[in-house]
Amino acid sequence: MVDTTPRGLAAAAATMNRAPTRRSGGASLRVLARRRSTTAFLFALPLLAVVGGLIVYPGFYAIYLSMLNKAQTKFIWFGNYTFLFTRDSFWMVVQQSVLFAVTAVFFKALIGVITAHLVNNLPAKGQRKWRGMLLVPWVIPLSLSTLGWWWMFDPTYSAFNWAFAQIGGPHIHWLSEPAWARFCTILVNVWYGSPFFLIMYLAALKSVPGELYEAASIDGASAWQKLIHVTLPMMRNIISITVLFSLIVTFANYDVVRVLTAGGPRDTTHVFATWAFLLGIQSGDIPLGASVSLFMLPILAISAVFILRGVRRRGREI
Amino acid sequence: MANVALRKVVKKYDRTEAVRGIDLDIADKEFIVLVGPSGCGKSTTLRMIAGLEEVTDGEILIGGDLVNDVPPKDRDIAMVFQNYALYPHMTVYENMSFGLRLKKFPKAEIKSRVDHAAGILGITELLERRPRQLSGGQRQRVAMGRAIVRNPRVFLFDEPLSNLDAKLRVQMRTEIKKVHQTVKTTTVYVTHDQIEAMTLADRVVVMNAGTIEQLGTPHDLYHTPRTKFVAGFIGSPAMNFVNCKLVEAAGGGLSTRLGNGLTFKVPPDRTQRYKSHVGRELLFGLRPEHITEPRGDLRPDCQEFDVTLDVVEPMGMETMVYFMVEDTEVCGRVNPASAGAPGQPMRLVAELGNMHLIDPQTEAVI
Repeated sequence: MVDTTPRGLAAAAATMNRAPTRRSGGASLRVLARRRSTTAFLFALPLLAVVGGLIVYPGFYAIYLSMLNKAQTKFIWFGNYTFLFTRDSFWMVVQQSVLFAVTAVFFKALIGVITAHLVNNLPAKGQRKWRGMLLVPWVIPLSLSTLGWWWMFDPTYSAFNWAFAQIGGPHIHWLSEPAWARFCTILVNVWYGSPFFLIMYLAALKSVPGELYEAASIDGASAWQKLIHVTLPMMRNIISITVLFSLIVTFANYDVVRVLTAGGPRDTTHVFATWAFLLGIQSGDIPLGASVSLFMLPILAISAVFILRGVRRRGREI
Repeated sequence: MANVALRKVVKKYDRTEAVRGIDLDIADKEFIVLVGPSGCGKSTTLRMIAGLEEVTDGEILIGGDLVNDVPPKDRDIAMVFQNYALYPHMTVYENMSFGLRLKKFPKAEIKSRVDHAAGILGITELLERRPRQLSGGQRQRVAMGRAIVRNPRVFLFDEPLSNLDAKLRVQMRTEIKKVHQTVKTTTVYVTHDQIEAMTLADRVVVMNAGTIEQLGTPHDLYHTPRTKFVAGFIGSPAMNFVNCKLVEAAGGGLSTRLGNGLTFKVPPDRTQRYKSHVGRELLFGLRPEHITEPRGDLRPDCQEFDVTLDVVEPMGMETMVYFMVEDTEVCGRVNPASAGAPGQPMRLVAELGNMHLIDPQTEAVI
């Protein structure tokens, strides 16, 4: 018989409350296994393993490496970093990396916006063809296409100098003069990266409701005013995210500089990745190479925080 | 303020002709509603007036000026869209003032106009909010406010209430009517909802397949439709159509033979009008509200008849009763107290003063 008097119920409740403390180890394990959160954790485990194995471990290992001496026998804390700060060549690489990434991303975004608008205004029939063709630079393996560019920049046999010669233009040493070499690395990176911006912006443009443009037409907006007051504000989040993404990828770019100039002339085109490779692999100082490559981390982390904060704020507004 | 005129306006998309040479004169301060089923060309017509669609042929005049090649911004019109088309990144104030800011109006003037419009629409406290923080009805008000502040010559509404729920739709309908009574601007309003058309319009344009089927006051369209399409489109539930034969009645006059042994006498004042059609197979049309339960003395233009009820739909203040005449379902509108049960016989009254006879070939009302 079940005791349903208040006293009986209270006693039963007290027994239930005490019950877990008296359970054996095996029983509490069974309870743990039955919990929903345990199941969820088990399902997420493969992903956690991948993230841990491919991101967390190499990341911390790089930090650890950057704190060792050249022979990797002694822990020297921030010795590699303080050493780098005293080197002019390091500051040149910082300067060149920032110039390379910021200029390239700016032009990629600009060209992306312009081409996306042009393609978006094409009649639907021809649009796919153009979209496909404009994506080609992004699809070709970068080191191969950079080789093509390298050939075109050749001072003696190249297409560019030949074309300039036809119109009586100057003979340019594309890859052996620091300013031109910097220009060339940025140009190739822009050529390669613009299609990504094009495709992202095209998708964003297509998501802007046509009625907004019609409303703006009736409100008296010119094409330029529609771009400034409707298109760009509607695309701000996509622009921010693509810029952030591209900034990260461009800062870490290796192929273009490696194939085109290998960092020359006189190390003037080195960016973090190529210089880290030079120091770490080619010169055998892996800890120093690791500290160079880690130097990008705070720059990107800070810009990511600002950009993502803006994205979140606008996401709440719109 | 301005009148709007359409002269033989045609719109073609490749091979399809969306609007087939319509003529329409809209008077200054008039509220015109274009109504019709989907694809009848009503929205296209409105968009041509707005300048959002090019006119393939014909002329559009606003205030007497030919505007075929005038861009929307120079037509001095304002439009309210079905999806409101509010700029999501701007506050309500910025949305409403956008057009004025582009035209470089002084700030004080912009503020007074926005405040005035917000006052009319009761959205003063929402001015600092963004569209996503507003309900559907509030967004609709903002869209109207954006149109009002411009003080345009013509207001254009493109199905503005379609996205609202039924209750809000009725409420906003009244608001729109109120705003028009206050602002008194020439208005062209597109809807597929004939109740909206009837309640709002000074005159209604019923469109079908790119042409104007009939143009008239709501009263005209309801009582004297010119075609079967208009007769069936205006009114809810729709008018009943039953095949009939027009014959000479035994005691003089005419009557319509409907089948099931049902014969209705044609009111004497219609005899002259229908005389030339005697002996023809025609369509007999009568609205559900003109088929009722017997109410006291039988008027001379009314006739009682007996049916077996098929379906009974109680609506609260009235009950719809459905019965078959041959193979056609016919609807009547009766007092809930007198409605019978399905399968039971019921005596009904047809108010034949409101009957229509339609030529099945031309679909024109005789």
